[in-house]
Amino acid sequence: MSNISNTHESAGGNLTARALREGVFAGLVSLGLFVLFVGLETTQNIRNELVLNQRWGLLAIFVAVAAVGRFLMVAYIRPRLEARKASASAKPVTEEQEGFFRRNFSKIAIAFLLVYPFIAVAIFGVQGSLKWVDNFGIQILIYVMLAWGLNIVVGLAGLLDLGYVAFYAVGAYSYALLSQQFGLSFWALLPLAGILAAFWGIILGFPVLRLKGDYLAIVTLAFGEIIRLVLINWTDVTRGTFGVSGIPKASVFGIWSFDVGAPNYFAKAFGLPMSSAYYKIFLFYLILALALLTAYVTIRLRRMPIGRAWEALREDEIACRSLGINTVTTKLTAFATGAMFGGFAGSFFAVRQGFVSPESFVFLESAIILSIVVLGGMGSLVGIAIAAVVMVGGTELLREMTFLKAIFGPDFTPELYRMLIFGLAMVVVMVWKPRGFVGSREPTAFLKERKAVSSSFTTEGHG
Amino acid sequence: MSDALLSVSAVETYYGNIRALAGVNVEVNKGEIVSLIGANGAGKSTLMMTICGSPQARSGTITFDGEDITRLPTHMIARRRIAQSPEGRRIFPRMTVYENLQMGASLDNLKYFDEDVEKIFTLFPRLKERQSQRGGTLSGGEQQMLSIGRALMARPKLLLLDEPSLGLAPLIVKGIFDAIKVLNEEQGLTVFLVEQNAFAALKLSHRAYVMVNGQVTMSGSGKELLANPEVRAAYLEGGRH
Repeated sequence: MSNISNTHESAGGNLTARALREGVFAGLVSLGLFVLFVGLETTQNIRNELVLNQRWGLLAIFVAVAAVGRFLMVAYIRPRLEARKASASAKPVTEEQEGFFRRNFSKIAIAFLLVYPFIAVAIFGVQGSLKWVDNFGIQILIYVMLAWGLNIVVGLAGLLDLGYVAFYAVGAYSYALLSQQFGLSFWALLPLAGILAAFWGIILGFPVLRLKGDYLAIVTLAFGEIIRLVLINWTDVTRGTFGVSGIPKASVFGIWSFDVGAPNYFAKAFGLPMSSAYYKIFLFYLILALALLTAYVTIRLRRMPIGRAWEALREDEIACRSLGINTVTTKLTAFATGAMFGGFAGSFFAVRQGFVSPESFVFLESAIILSIVVLGGMGSLVGIAIAAVVMVGGTELLREMTFLKAIFGPDFTPELYRMLIFGLAMVVVMVWKPRGFVGSREPTAFLKERKAVSSSFTTEGHG
Repeated sequence: MSDALLSVSAVETYYGNIRALAGVNVEVNKGEIVSLIGANGAGKSTLMMTICGSPQARSGTITFDGEDITRLPTHMIARRRIAQSPEGRRIFPRMTVYENLQMGASLDNLKYFDEDVEKIFTLFPRLKERQSQRGGTLSGGEQQMLSIGRALMARPKLLLLDEPSLGLAPLIVKGIFDAIKVLNEEQGLTVFLVEQNAFAALKLSHRAYVMVNGQVTMSGSGKELLANPEVRAAYLEGGRH
């Protein structure tokens, strides 16, 4: 496809002809590619013989999508994009005042989240709200919190950690085991789970102090697997693959309980009808508070010497040392702080599921959390939150798309395509915004006259 | 001898089995500008890095202000108030100029920051104009100013400059060398300078050392070395800026 670059010269009918040609070409290529993969299918029949199924209809759909897509791309979409680019560059650079929504995005988002359960209850009723509060609200917020925690390690300190789920697991098992063995409450174990996870963060930190980039990533990956394998094989304590079940529920600071039999049962105390929705709403606010705590601590730390040292460490380790920064303690605190929030999220996870098993802490989880951080833009809290909503919310949404069964037949289960779409979305985002949704770093310090200076730069066009 | 702020004696540094410094003796007295000149690969930057403890010297001693710092880790050496503007400048590219300067002041936890940042801005007015710009978007000369400024924020007793003229236009080099001179004359700052640009360095310095193959082969005042025919032949003729 050598003629990709010179789109300017062709115009009008010439363009359509070329688009047709390229469309046919793309169709032929995809026919060649898919004829064996899609057009033919081998299955075993009841007598254990291989049977060749022919799926020409499906192959036709694939080829048609490729051909029509290419045609539309060349004939309509690309000229329009180029026209827009041309008009954008022709427009003089003006000082753009950010809209009210953009400026106050985080405040609006927090306000929305605070009323979200009530909106869900109002629209779908108490029982109907379960799905929206639990599957969407809590599920997304867990990942937001995990990604914000990992962001401290990866986004701020620049230490690529592929085993973050290990700390999540430490937190979850800390709560699960300690609450069952010693009957301690969630509120006592939440800080303890964080401390234990931070402790494991330091244990991981020591051997990897001298490692960077790829090497660091491999060791952290191994660490994540070690924790998982210990959980599987140390059956006396963890019950191995069976997991720990019957984990006690959290209570509202010990005042109201969510156990139906308890005398201080929440619904009874407020004279409400019995429903599991209240517990989910409580959990929603709990994870919201934990996530906001993570964000608050991150924002505060970035303005403090340790946070600035993390960011400087990401930028240049040698320069850091020559400025008198102890890179050993700086790295260890980054690992410990990130791990601590992973531990908080883990103990929340255990309380929410009531059941933990090593299944939940596979490498894929680490990969998803890391990709949320990268897609959101490393270091940017807002970007990461958006990425978590898109990625986790998107995959949850797939479960809801039952109408697709009408098109693809009753065997079609959209959530099986989750990873395919997830991967595709990542590729698209990385092409479109290589540094993530919010790629620019917000400075943490200014002189008082900053406004005047920065606006004079905008008019100069950044000199 | 009594006045020596930094003294490097019989220092040998190795990269694996390769000897990069073969018994180097260098002294820097209080209030002096001392420069170290030499060809590529002579070991100039290695000496600078060895003073900072990365890599550490295999034998010999480095004394700073009466204290043996040979075996201290880099950050502890920096806390003795030896500030360095490293080779290749090594500013923090995604942080703003202002934040870069803050990083320089982290030893005192920003106690003197406001006072010192004004001094830096008077010395390098360009940095004031660029203060909210990201370090990585600055020009080479501005980055060098920032690197020196960041080192100065630590209130150093000794400033180590590694190739401040590297890749910069002659006019900008002159500006930076003038600033070093001002710092030395007005504030009595001690400067140890590694330079390939021998002419500019020798003109600026009180004393200088010439390094060849990991050894100091000549030393003397800046003027002496400028007049020395060997030095002229090796480092100055044809290379004049």
